[in-house]
Amino acid sequence: MSTIAMPKPDAGILARKPEIVAALAAVLPADIIISDPEETRAYECDALTAYKCAPLAVVLPRTTEEVAAAMRVCHGLKVPVIPRGAGTSLAGGALPTADSVVIGTMRLREILEIDTANRFIRVQTGVTNLSVSAELDAEGFFYAPDPSSQLACTIAGNIGMNSGGAHCLKYGVTTNNLLGVRMVLATGEIVELGGPAPGMPGLDLLGLICGSEGQLAIATEATLRIMPKPEGARPILIGFDSAETAGECVARIIRSGLLPVAIEYMDDVCLRAVEAFAKAGYPACTAVLIVEVEGSEEEIQHQLARIHEIAQALNPVEFRVSRNADESMAIWKGRKSAFGAMGRLGDYLCLDGTVPVSKLPYTLRRIGELSKEHGLEVANVFHAGDGNMHPLILFNANTPGDLERAEAFGADILRLCVDVGGCLTGEHGVGVEKRDLMTKQYTADDMAIQMEIKDAFDPHWLLNPAKVFPLEHSAPHRERAAR
Amino acid sequence: MSAAAHSMPASATAPHDETELAAFIAERHAMARPLQITGGGTRLQADGVEPQDQLSTRNLSGIVTYEPGSLTLIARTGTPIGEIETALAAEGQALAFEPMDHRPLLGTTGTPTIGGIVSANVSGPRRVQAGACRDYVLGVRFVDGRGRIIKNGGRVMKNVTGLDLGKVMSGAHGTLGVLTEVAFKTLPMAEAQQTLAFPGLSVAAAVQLFSTALGTPFEVCGAAFHEGTAWLRIEGLEPQVVYRRERLMGLFSNHEIEMLDDAASRTLWRGLRDVQHLAGGHDPVWRILTKPGDAPVIASALEALGGQCALDWGGGLIWYRGPADASSVRKAAGAGHAFVVRRAHLPATVIFPAEPRAVTDLSRALRKTFDPAGLFNPGLMGN
Repeated sequence: MSTIAMPKPDAGILARKPEIVAALAAVLPADIIISDPEETRAYECDALTAYKCAPLAVVLPRTTEEVAAAMRVCHGLKVPVIPRGAGTSLAGGALPTADSVVIGTMRLREILEIDTANRFIRVQTGVTNLSVSAELDAEGFFYAPDPSSQLACTIAGNIGMNSGGAHCLKYGVTTNNLLGVRMVLATGEIVELGGPAPGMPGLDLLGLICGSEGQLAIATEATLRIMPKPEGARPILIGFDSAETAGECVARIIRSGLLPVAIEYMDDVCLRAVEAFAKAGYPACTAVLIVEVEGSEEEIQHQLARIHEIAQALNPVEFRVSRNADESMAIWKGRKSAFGAMGRLGDYLCLDGTVPVSKLPYTLRRIGELSKEHGLEVANVFHAGDGNMHPLILFNANTPGDLERAEAFGADILRLCVDVGGCLTGEHGVGVEKRDLMTKQYTADDMAIQMEIKDAFDPHWLLNPAKVFPLEHSAPHRERAAR
Repeated sequence: MSAAAHSMPASATAPHDETELAAFIAERHAMARPLQITGGGTRLQADGVEPQDQLSTRNLSGIVTYEPGSLTLIARTGTPIGEIETALAAEGQALAFEPMDHRPLLGTTGTPTIGGIVSANVSGPRRVQAGACRDYVLGVRFVDGRGRIIKNGGRVMKNVTGLDLGKVMSGAHGTLGVLTEVAFKTLPMAEAQQTLAFPGLSVAAAVQLFSTALGTPFEVCGAAFHEGTAWLRIEGLEPQVVYRRERLMGLFSNHEIEMLDDAASRTLWRGLRDVQHLAGGHDPVWRILTKPGDAPVIASALEALGGQCALDWGGGLIWYRGPADASSVRKAAGAGHAFVVRRAHLPATVIFPAEPRAVTDLSRALRKTFDPAGLFNPGLMGN
C-alpha cells in the first residue's frame, strides 16, 4: 500500500456515530445526510484514488445556512469536517478520515446574479466551472480559469485549490478572478468577504481563503470576475526534434512581447499515446508546442506572423496553423485528451510542480535522467508558458512496490522543481499527496505561521486537519486544539 | 499634513539585511515597543511616532534577480520603484498594475519604494483590465512580529503550495510584518497605445460608456473620467491598436471623440495615475471603491457635500477631494468603501472604513497571529 500516513481515527468519535448523526438530523433535512456505510463509501476518495477511507457521515447542503448548521453541530461535538467540491482533487484534498463528516457543496447549484454591466457573476459554489462560462456565453462573456476537470469540478473546489488551467498565462488563476465569497467558518459563523467593488481596504482575507485547501472555511457563494469573450482564437502546433529547443521557443515567444493565451507542451511519450487514442494528427517528433493567440482575424494574423518568425529561427519540424474550427478542435483535442490517453497505457501519477520558464530545458533533461534511475517511464504534458509542469509517471498498480517506486520518483521530481527555484504544486494543491514534501520548500517557521493562521480561523483544527502540513509539524497544533 | 512630517529622520533604524532586521524586531517584541515602518515616506502615516520608534527599509535595497524570459523580478523592499521601472523598461517590460506615485497628490518628497507600493497594494488605472498589485506578487519574504524570518510563495507564476501570504501582506500597510523581498510577475510593455477622449459627458453617461467599452473584446486598459471628459485607453501591438480604435470609434459613433496619439496618451495617463487633477487645494482626498454602476449616485452625493470627484477603473474607483468630514463622506459613499488618501485635517483613526464585525474579528485575530505584541504601525489600520 501507499506511503502517506493519516492520523489514527478518534475512537471516541467513531463510538459516538449515532449521536453525531442524530445531532445532524435534528437540524438538517433527512435527505441531505448520508450515514449508511454502503453509501458513504462513494465519498471515500477523490481523484487521487490510491488513498481511500470512508467518512463517518456525509452532508450535502443546498444552502449556506445548512452548511452553517452542519458546521455548528460538528464544532459542538468536535468532529473533523472534510470540505468537498466535486471530488476531482488530484492531491487528496477531499480524502476523508474515518472519524470525519464530509460537507459537500455539490448541491449548492444556483446562479444568483449575472451583471454584465458591472462584469461579475454571483453563484453558489457547487456549480461546475464550465457551467459558469456556459451561463455567460449568450451574453458574450466567460469565466477565465479553466482547469482540465472543468466539466466536473466546482467553483468551491476551484476556490479551495486556487485552480488554474491552460489559459491562465493571460487571464490569471482563480485568485485573480475571485471578487468575493460568502463562507462558513469552523464555528458555523457566516462571513462575507469582498464583492463587486474592485478590492477593499483592510486585510485581504479573500486572498488568504483562496487556495487554503479547506483549512480555514467553506465558501458557499462566490462573486466572480467575468470577461468579454475574444473575437476569435487560433491554435498553432509547432513540432521540434529536441525538448530544449521547444523550451527555448517558449522563452523567446515570451521575451518577444507577445502574450499568447496559452502555451502548452507535450513530449514524445505523450504524443504517441495521444495519437493512438485521439488521432489528432500530431507529428511524430520529440516535443510539440500548442500556442494559442486571440483577437480579430487581423490581430491573429499579425501575432501568427511574429510567432512564425520566432519558431522558424529554431528550425521546427512542423509549424501548423489551424485553418478552421475543425482543425482548431483537432489540435486541442489531443492536448485535452492527454490524461485519458495516458490512462490507456496503464496507471500513472500526475505531478504538478512549477519551475521558472528559463529552467524548463534543464528540468526536462533531469526528469529524463531520473526516469532511467527509477526505471519508470514518464510523459511530460504541461502549461509551458508559466512553467507549470505535469510529468505523468507510468506504473502498474498491480505490481507490488510499483506505486511506492512511482511516488519516490515523483518526490524526486518535485524536489528538483524546488531546487531550480520552483514549487511543489502549481495548481493541484498540497492535499495529502505533497504534504510530507512541504519541508523541502518551507522552513519550520514558514510553516508555523501558516498553521498559526489556521489556529486563528479554526482553533479546534476541525477543518481538513491532516492535510497540507506534515503531521509531525501540525501535531502540536492539533493536540493543543483537542484539549 | 506637511511634507516635512514625512521625510525620514536620521535617527530611524534602518537595518542592512534580514538578519539584522530580525534581531531588531525580536528585541522590540521582547519590549513590546511599537514601531512605525516606512519605505520612502511618500504616503501618509499615523501621528506622533518618535524617531527612535521609526523603522526604515531604505537599506534593504536592490534588485535580487530579474529574468525577463521568465517574466519574473525579485527586489528587496527598499528598492526605489524608479530603479525597478528602469530595469524593466530596458527589456521592454513593465509592472502591469501601473503603481501611482503619491508625491504630486500628497505634496511629499521621499522616494517611493517597491515595499511601500506592495504594503499599500498601490494599483493604477490599468487595474481595471490587468488586476491589482497583489495579483502580481508571486512571493514574499518578511520578518513577523516575533522576529521570525518567513518566506512564502516563490518566484514562479503558478504556485499553490500552502497558504498564500503574498496576498494578505499586500495591502496590509505593514501591520503584519516587515517585508524584505518581493517577487513579481512582470509583463511585456505594450508596443503602442492610444486614447479616445469623449468630452461633454455626465458621470452617469461616462459610467455607461465605460460599461459598454469594458464589455467589448478590445481590452480597454484605462477608463477614467474628470470634469466632463471620459477617456478610454487601448494598447497592444501597432495594428491591434489601430483595429481596436476603429472598432471603438464605430461603436461610439454617436459621440464626439478626440484621439490622443501614443505620446499624448502616455502623458495623460501618467497624470491620471498620479491623480494630479486633484492635487491642488488643502482638502482631504478620498478613494471610494464601489460597484461601477453605483458610481453616479455616490459621486453626486459627494459633490453635494462640496468639492469634486473624478473616476477611474470604469467607475469602480471614485476620487473625491472636498471639505466634508469623514462620517458625511462615508454616508455619501453608501455601500462603497471610502479610504482616506490625503488626510489634511482628518485624524488618523478615520483612514480605514469600518468592516463587518466578523471580518474585523478575523482581521484582529490575524494581526495578533503575525504580531502578538502589537508592534507594527499601531493606530494606522483599525486597532
